Amino acid sequence: MLTGMRIRTFGYFIREAFKSLHRNSWMSLASAGTVAVSLIIVGMSLITIINTNYLAARLESNIEIISYLKDSVSIEQGTKLKKEIEGIPGVAKVRFVNRDEALMEFRKELGDQQNMLEALGGSNPLPNLYKISTISPQDVQKVANKLEALAEMEKVDYGKGMAEKLFTITKWVRMVGLVVISLLGLAAVFLIATTTRLTVFARRKEIEIMRMLGSSNWFIRWPFLLEGMVIGFFGAVIAVIVVDAAYLAFTDYIIRDLKFNIFGLATDKRLMINMGMVMLGTGTLLGAFGSVASMRKFLKV
Amino acid sequence: MINLINVSMNYPNGTRGLIDVTLRIKKGEFVFLVGPSGAGKSTLTKLIFREEKPTRGQLLINGKNIARLRPREIPFLRRSIGIVFQDFKLLPNKTVAENVAFALEVIEAHKREIQKAVPAALKMVGLEKKSNAMPAQLSGGEQQRVAIARAIVNNPPLVIADEPTGNLDPETSWEIVNLLHDINKCGTTIVMATHDKDIVDSMKKRVVALEKGRIVRDEERGAYGYED
Ligand SMILES: Nc1ncnc2c1ncn2[C@@H]1O[C@H](COP(=O)(O)OP(=O)(O)O)[C@@H](O)[C@H]1O
Ligand SMILES: [Mg+2]
Repeated sequence: MLTGMRIRTFGYFIREAFKSLHRNSWMSLASAGTVAVSLIIVGMSLITIINTNYLAARLESNIEIISYLKDSVSIEQGTKLKKEIEGIPGVAKVRFVNRDEALMEFRKELGDQQNMLEALGGSNPLPNLYKISTISPQDVQKVANKLEALAEMEKVDYGKGMAEKLFTITKWVRMVGLVVISLLGLAAVFLIATTTRLTVFARRKEIEIMRMLGSSNWFIRWPFLLEGMVIGFFGAVIAVIVVDAAYLAFTDYIIRDLKFNIFGLATDKRLMINMGMVMLGTGTLLGAFGSVASMRKFLKV
Repeated sequence: MINLINVSMNYPNGTRGLIDVTLRIKKGEFVFLVGPSGAGKSTLTKLIFREEKPTRGQLLINGKNIARLRPREIPFLRRSIGIVFQDFKLLPNKTVAENVAFALEVIEAHKREIQKAVPAALKMVGLEKKSNAMPAQLSGGEQQRVAIARAIVNNPPLVIADEPTGNLDPETSWEIVNLLHDINKCGTTIVMATHDKDIVDSMKKRVVALEKGRIVRDEERGAYGYED
């Protein structure tokens, strides 16, 4: 439809679109504002979804099984178990930590509060242990059960039920988010359709004359389509600015002022840029849909 | 040029616009469509420029069955027909020249072509001196002449006028009909629906009379024939 269209004609479409935006500046601003509000909520939902996914991924990869050996099992006996543990289906990595290494790691974690160890009389309270990670978080339960069945094991620790809970949470967040986003998208299309319908209605006489003079439907449509797209794009720009600024301020506060990123907030710049592009594209598309929808009646064929 | 064969047309609400109409109009003819209000004159004109579709029968324009026209092809049919209405249908925020130029702009004509054709069309209707006036500054007769200039600026082989003098006083009506007659003399086919008995009686052109959707009379050099 755009092929073969002359540059001059396209210039005419753009002039007409902006003339009409200017003429209905308040209405255009109001619908751009509506698009902005819808997209701000869409953007916030996206950020929440992205962050829960990110958090889930981080937690999932962090779930580690710690299996403590009985004190009666010697280090030599203990190390021999490695092959057997590696043979359990679902196991990805197995690391033996003897009690001296465990103490060293503990010391490091304690930092300048070493006196706590002195209080124990200098003896090492820690057992030998295995750290085991699984191929997938779904395997954790199964592998832990197998480990508990081994005679040499005293106790097996892992984030019990954590992975499962996380899964159901992220699934819900994703589902609710999708529903919210679809509803808001529909609302935005509807509002843009209403706005462009006003423009189309104000110019129905012109459209009628154009049809009578034999102008093609696309020639009639383009200025309105561009008008809707400009409104949608402009609303999206506002939304991107608001969402990005709010999120940057939020992550800054959490990470710099509270020195606290336990949630593992996603701070990747590329992520923000991609999301901005998605929002701009969505806004423009919403605008196009809205104006095409509002023109159907006046372009009966 | 126009060939209706047993054409009937019902509106969606069930009203019968035309019933079994067979009519042939040759190239270069001047035809009056007469008949009381509601007889189907406008319906017939709307069928010709494909604002409405026949419910039954065939409607050929230049040998092409326009009942089967695809939506994309309708604009091209309309580019070959100049249409004039009772209410002029001018754009109030455009000058006379811009209104006429609009007909060429919306079909993406070249600028050079527009610059040549618009003054020629305004000269034809005798309004070359008013090209920069706004429609609101013109009399009804002058506005209708602008509408006619717009209808012919593209040199269409056919002009359809639906009661073009319906809003005008008798003297001005005569100016409009004489103008359409001049255009007809240059070879353009004219179909004019009208209520104007005096004009029809003195022009001595072909008269097609409709009543309740049917053709009841079709005479060369005819008269209006009603006493309303
Ligand atoms: N858009 C429409 N919907 C329904 N009925 C219509 C419509 N236009 C015209 N009609 C009906 O069709 C018949 C013919 O109308 P029309 O062609 O306008 O007559 P005329 O132009 O001779 O006065 C009338 O009965 C009229 O009421
Ligand atoms: Mg009528």
